[in-house]
Amino acid sequence: MTAHNVVEPNSDDRPLAIEARGLVKDFDGTRAVDGVDISVPEGAIYGILGPNGAGKTTTLRMLLGIIDPDDGVRRVFGHDRPHDIGRLIGYLPEERGLYPAMKSVEAIAFMGALRGLPLAEGRKRGLELLERHDLGYAADRQIRQLSKGMAQTVQLLGTLVHRPRLVVLDEPFSGLDAINQGKLEGMIRNLADDGVTVIFSTHVIHHAERLCEGVAIIAGGKVPYAGSVEAARDRIPAQVRLETRMREGAWTNALPDDARREGDFFYFSLPETGVEPLLKRLIEGEAGILSLSIERAGLHDAFVAIAGEAAARQLEADASGYGSGDAS
Amino acid sequence: MSAHDQATIDANPRLSRTQAAWVIARRDFIAVLFSRAFLFFLIGPLFPVLVGGLAGSIGKSVSTQAVTVEVGLAMSEQDNTAMLNAAKTLRPQLGGAVPALARIAEAEGVADFDVGAYLDGSQGKFATIVTGSTQAPKLIGTEGQVKRWKGPVELIAGTANSASPTSFPSSTSQLVASSAASERSSRIRTAQASQMVLFLLTMLLGGMVLSNLAEEKGNKIIEILAAALPMDAVFMGKLFAMLGVSFVGIAVWGAFGWGFWAVAEDAIVTVTQTNYRDLPGPAVGWPMFMTLAILYFSMAYLLLGSLFLTIGGMASTVREVQTMSMPVTMMQLMVFFVAAFTLTPGGAWMEPYAIAFPLSSPFAMLARAAMEESLWAHAAALGYQAVWVGLLVKGGSLLFRKRVMKSGGGGHGKKRRSWFGKGRSGAPAQESSIEPAE
Repeated sequence: MTAHNVVEPNSDDRPLAIEARGLVKDFDGTRAVDGVDISVPEGAIYGILGPNGAGKTTTLRMLLGIIDPDDGVRRVFGHDRPHDIGRLIGYLPEERGLYPAMKSVEAIAFMGALRGLPLAEGRKRGLELLERHDLGYAADRQIRQLSKGMAQTVQLLGTLVHRPRLVVLDEPFSGLDAINQGKLEGMIRNLADDGVTVIFSTHVIHHAERLCEGVAIIAGGKVPYAGSVEAARDRIPAQVRLETRMREGAWTNALPDDARREGDFFYFSLPETGVEPLLKRLIEGEAGILSLSIERAGLHDAFVAIAGEAAARQLEADASGYGSGDAS
Repeated sequence: MSAHDQATIDANPRLSRTQAAWVIARRDFIAVLFSRAFLFFLIGPLFPVLVGGLAGSIGKSVSTQAVTVEVGLAMSEQDNTAMLNAAKTLRPQLGGAVPALARIAEAEGVADFDVGAYLDGSQGKFATIVTGSTQAPKLIGTEGQVKRWKGPVELIAGTANSASPTSFPSSTSQLVASSAASERSSRIRTAQASQMVLFLLTMLLGGMVLSNLAEEKGNKIIEILAAALPMDAVFMGKLFAMLGVSFVGIAVWGAFGWGFWAVAEDAIVTVTQTNYRDLPGPAVGWPMFMTLAILYFSMAYLLLGSLFLTIGGMASTVREVQTMSMPVTMMQLMVFFVAAFTLTPGGAWMEPYAIAFPLSSPFAMLARAAMEESLWAHAAALGYQAVWVGLLVKGGSLLFRKRVMKSGGGGHGKKRRSWFGKGRSGAPAQESSIEPAE
């Protein structure tokens, strides 16, 4: 088994919805996933964050039992074989798939039936869900007659119709406009409020930062970090932004070594001793403080620090094509 | 659904394989049955039958006309009349052996009628022409035609001369249903016909399965199915859906065929050169035989279908599926020939092998049902074939998961050897419909 950079502890008492240890997957001699460890507590919203090609989808497919790992173990609600608890899981794949000739409500009912929901109940719930999402008028329309966004919503509703306890969404925001991305974020929060575990992959940091309790950062098939978003952000010292009236002076010697000037501002990491001793020396040196702010590191900064500049740049490039539906 | 039902789901979170297969089968069955393409599929095979029937009808008409005037008479008026009367006398006893005779109008009253010129000029439709007298008839025509009609003409002429009896004693007859010697040989016809029908049906209907996974792969739905259900249940559901569709097709074609038979029995018999009413009863009796035929068709369909589903599932594109259809048809033909060979006099030794080989087993066993009375062998064979269906479905679904879904060896550090070696372990990812997204 490959050595893992981070083994994420389950920091709270909640049972684990998903637990993976040392997952490995090779495709035609190329290692796509290399020793992934993930622990997702029940009821959490968990993000798998990484650029395209990092191994996110492969990891999710292994967790769901679509493919088997070449090495390592996975457990979903304590079961080694995810199909054994198929009725408890909802899955929205990255590449959306629906039968074009099916009516919307039938598509939702069929997806529910795949998870053990009786067809009649699936139709009833499907209608309710469509109504709730302002798509009631499209219930009897064939999928091929729907816009891409509508079809995507129908598929998402089909993923949820059987009221799963675990929802796995692969790049769920891909192809959605800003309004629908906001709606989807709301849906994910509602699911978590109802105690549903949600795990989704994304290459847009903001979604993960806004929604997730925990993230796994994945790059090059490895998971250099898996844990809470807060802990990831705490890995980077807070950044101080200082604006002074004076540009030069002896007081500059008081600034930390990593201080850099950009325009009217100095930027540097928050000293371990805190900001108070620094402030005292700046005042004594008559720097003429105009403003001073302490900014906590964002997930993006954490990602750069953890996964490296190259992965971060790729992530940004992937995200720039976001919303066009060209997620992969 | 009540909270109790939801609790039941939570308590029993796994869909059984039968339930899973049923979900797939129901969707596929309805989707295929209510598609416009299926309508064309249904009426497709009816066109050749219709054309065949019409051709047979026309052929019969042409054939009838062709034999109406066969042998021309260019004798004296008195001899012509005597020949015609003699033919009329003989026909009830000899039937088709007595040629149709007709006077040649051009020869009447012409003493030196040039028969050779008449035939050279292709006037009339006579195979041969009789001149001379009833005492000394002379046949003029090509060597083959003269040889063919010499005997019948001499018999007619002899009868015309009253040299042979003009009245015949009527015989009595006693019919028996069968004789031990003839029973087996006559049942072979039933066995052959049933094998042929079984082959035609599986060939017509089995091909549908080949492209059955194409839609799911093209629409990426396979990912959802694979996440929700075991792949062997998906395979099984698809197979049974197509079997159900096939039964609908057979029912429609059967109803049409029954109606067609009612209005065009003669044409069908002429075209196929088989009087189906005369087909001897199978050894197990018609009701049991028909039941076994349905069961063996199901088994043949499921066995071939599981193979086709796997082969079709491996294809990356529709074009590949189409390309595969020819070798697949050839394979079906070979299976049929193997089974059919067992019915030939020299092929009996092969029967056990044909029964043991799963793909030819239903064909061989159906023939056996026509020939042998015992039933226990059918129960055993059906069980044996069902086991093979299960094995082929399991193997096919594993292969599909491994090569198309790119699934691995199941983890836990097990190293497994690829069937085809590393270099041939699957199509390049970019060519596969289901490829690792990352």
